[in-house]
Amino acid sequence: MSLHVDAGHPTRAPMPPSRRHVRPRPGRSFMTWLDLKAAPYLLVSPYYLLFLLFGLFPLGFTLYFSLFDYDLTGTVEWTGLGNYTAMLGDAAFWKAVVNTLGMFVIATVPQILLALMLANALNKRFKFQLFVRLGVLLPLVTSVVAVAVVFTQLYGRDWGVVNWVLGWFGADPIDWKAERLPSWLAIATMIDWRWTGYNAIIFLAGMQTIPKDLYEAASIDGASRRRQFWQITVPMLRPTMIFVVLNSTIGGLTLFAEPTTFYNGNVHGGTNSQFQTVSMFIYEQGFREFDYGYASAAAWLLFLLILIGSGINFLLIRRIGGNK
Amino acid sequence: MIAHSRRGRLLAVAAVAALALGAAACGSDDSTGTASGGGSSAAAGPVTVTLQTFGGGKNFGYKEAVDKWNAEHKDIQIKYDNLTDQFEQVYWPQMIQWLQSGAGAGDVVGIDEGGMGLAKAHPEWWADLGEFGLQNRKADFAAWKWENGVTADGKLFGLGTDVGGMSLCYRRDLFEKAGLPGDRDEVSKLWPTWDDFIKVAHKFQDKIKDTKFVDGTNTLYNVVLVQEAAKNGNVSYFDKDNNLIVDKNPAVKTAYDFAQRISQEGLTAKLRNFTPEWNTGMKKSQFATLGCPSWMLGAVSGDGGAGPDFKGKWDVAAVPGGGGNWGGSWLAVPKQSKHPKEAAQVLDYLTGKEAEVSVFNYAGNMPSNIQAQQDPAVQGAKNEYFNDAPVGDIFAKSAAALQPVFLGVKHAQVKNAIESVVSAIDDGSVPYANGWKQLVDDAVKAAG
Repeated sequence: MSLHVDAGHPTRAPMPPSRRHVRPRPGRSFMTWLDLKAAPYLLVSPYYLLFLLFGLFPLGFTLYFSLFDYDLTGTVEWTGLGNYTAMLGDAAFWKAVVNTLGMFVIATVPQILLALMLANALNKRFKFQLFVRLGVLLPLVTSVVAVAVVFTQLYGRDWGVVNWVLGWFGADPIDWKAERLPSWLAIATMIDWRWTGYNAIIFLAGMQTIPKDLYEAASIDGASRRRQFWQITVPMLRPTMIFVVLNSTIGGLTLFAEPTTFYNGNVHGGTNSQFQTVSMFIYEQGFREFDYGYASAAAWLLFLLILIGSGINFLLIRRIGGNK
Repeated sequence: MIAHSRRGRLLAVAAVAALALGAAACGSDDSTGTASGGGSSAAAGPVTVTLQTFGGGKNFGYKEAVDKWNAEHKDIQIKYDNLTDQFEQVYWPQMIQWLQSGAGAGDVVGIDEGGMGLAKAHPEWWADLGEFGLQNRKADFAAWKWENGVTADGKLFGLGTDVGGMSLCYRRDLFEKAGLPGDRDEVSKLWPTWDDFIKVAHKFQDKIKDTKFVDGTNTLYNVVLVQEAAKNGNVSYFDKDNNLIVDKNPAVKTAYDFAQRISQEGLTAKLRNFTPEWNTGMKKSQFATLGCPSWMLGAVSGDGGAGPDFKGKWDVAAVPGGGGNWGGSWLAVPKQSKHPKEAAQVLDYLTGKEAEVSVFNYAGNMPSNIQAQQDPAVQGAKNEYFNDAPVGDIFAKSAAALQPVFLGVKHAQVKNAIESVVSAIDDGSVPYANGWKQLVDDAVKAAG
């Protein structure tokens, strides 16, 4: 650090412009090449090296293992596509897929709409603006597990606050962990509580890049606030929207921590896998049943699922508010 | 400007100092590690032997025995680490990973009976206790308990800690409130068979609405399973050639039918054992009876379980349908341990008479050590928490005669799959009509 500061001073002082020409050094062309051509690559290389190590390598390794019947405590045998064909006929896998998609839809659709509304509200002028805007981000700072633990308590069957409140209206207690749809709802609220604010802030940043004169022109033409929102804000937000939706898709389809914590750290996702996601299924196959090959195959199918899901969402979002 | 650069320099110095400290800390860690590992350096501090166990409440019950050892042995300190309540779902899969990868496991680890089939099949995981002279402990154990600690290739790797035995814990105060007798002998007379047990349950349930008679399906399912297994050649999920016999063994069907019956007749609180909800259920008096192998007493009396508030309210009666052996564990030393010699010493102590008697008095787990079983302190023991129940009389007398149920290599996985279904019919996520079929299907899948 001191090195940097000290070295910084002389360069700021006025310098004879001819200095570099006066003292040509040997190997200068190499240094120039290093400076101009290689340095940018060197500077970005850590990311790519890490990606190679922790991203690409595991990806390839998983693909390789998915072709084997690999039991951690037993044998390793080549099965070719055997794991994949078995998986396509495995009801437990498909149940996990349905659970994942179900929770994704229940969580993400309201979340994005809510984030949009929230961002719109935050985009107006009001007192304590910074404080409120930062406040929306607070849930993100808390640990996922802490959130899940607290929500799990709230959704307790016998002593949970949610059932207690529902009881005021004469509702019978709901067994949130046993019934499929309630368990999805419970988990969706955990996700939304954590991520809505985050998405709202990203939307807000997007909204602030929209030129004000568009709104002024619309006002002069007599467009209502609501109309301005749907006809100007939403279409202009499309690039932001694509980012948020793709991000949510990837996050939603790889959902793991919330449902696992919801069932006391057990990856079975309820007594009958009511809320077991594909990630949990992979973990269960790999690290509970020790069937590494099968788990690897499931991981690749999840990868495909995310690609398809992202693709569909991308196409849908591109059509937003656009006749282009 | 000068101030600026000085601050920069100070920061740099601080950063370097922090780095150096960090490196020094790592370095010192390494050096003690290797020194004590080799056991050669005279300057090395005490060797720490990590003891890893599982279970609810007081789990293995080693607290007092470990405190005593640590006070007396300055050179070897035991670090007692109970990792989780759940063996099949959490502890054992994690342990298998550690054992297979060669790092992470403690120096002495507990293994439930359900994991022993797999443990025996992997001699490469374990240190040979014979090398440390523990072969001479053979006379301390019943033949089956000893044999189960010997690997497929004849190497001694584990010594027994406790055996199951069987009783039924009940809430004396609630029984009296329901107009039933509270005294344990009279309670035992109420239910010679499980049919009688269900009749009593209905009588109780007619009077008391807030408390269910039974915790859930899973505990009594296991009790009935081991009782029935004893009548069917001492096998449950696997036959002695390791073939899955879930669908053929009448013991499994009988146990399942009983579980379904108590659930269908509304006698369960729908709580699965060894979950946070189950622990809360004890604290909130959500159920009045519990199938109690000896080690379950510690799970109830421990702070995680019912805890001190319910001292004297629980009692222990005879179990309907005769005795049985559910559970019981072993201790072993993983090969990856850096201090196998010291670990073996600790293991020797923990499975020895003195420590096992201490466990029994502290937690209630019935020793598998024959000398401990015959010790007057065990034979005549009363459990203060359970209203001074004569637990020595209840468990010790029958302990010597207990027969092991054979458990296959994949027992833990199959048990886990089956217990999910047994709990699923209780919480309603699997309809009663589909329960048995799903149980068999899931068992086949888990074994495959």
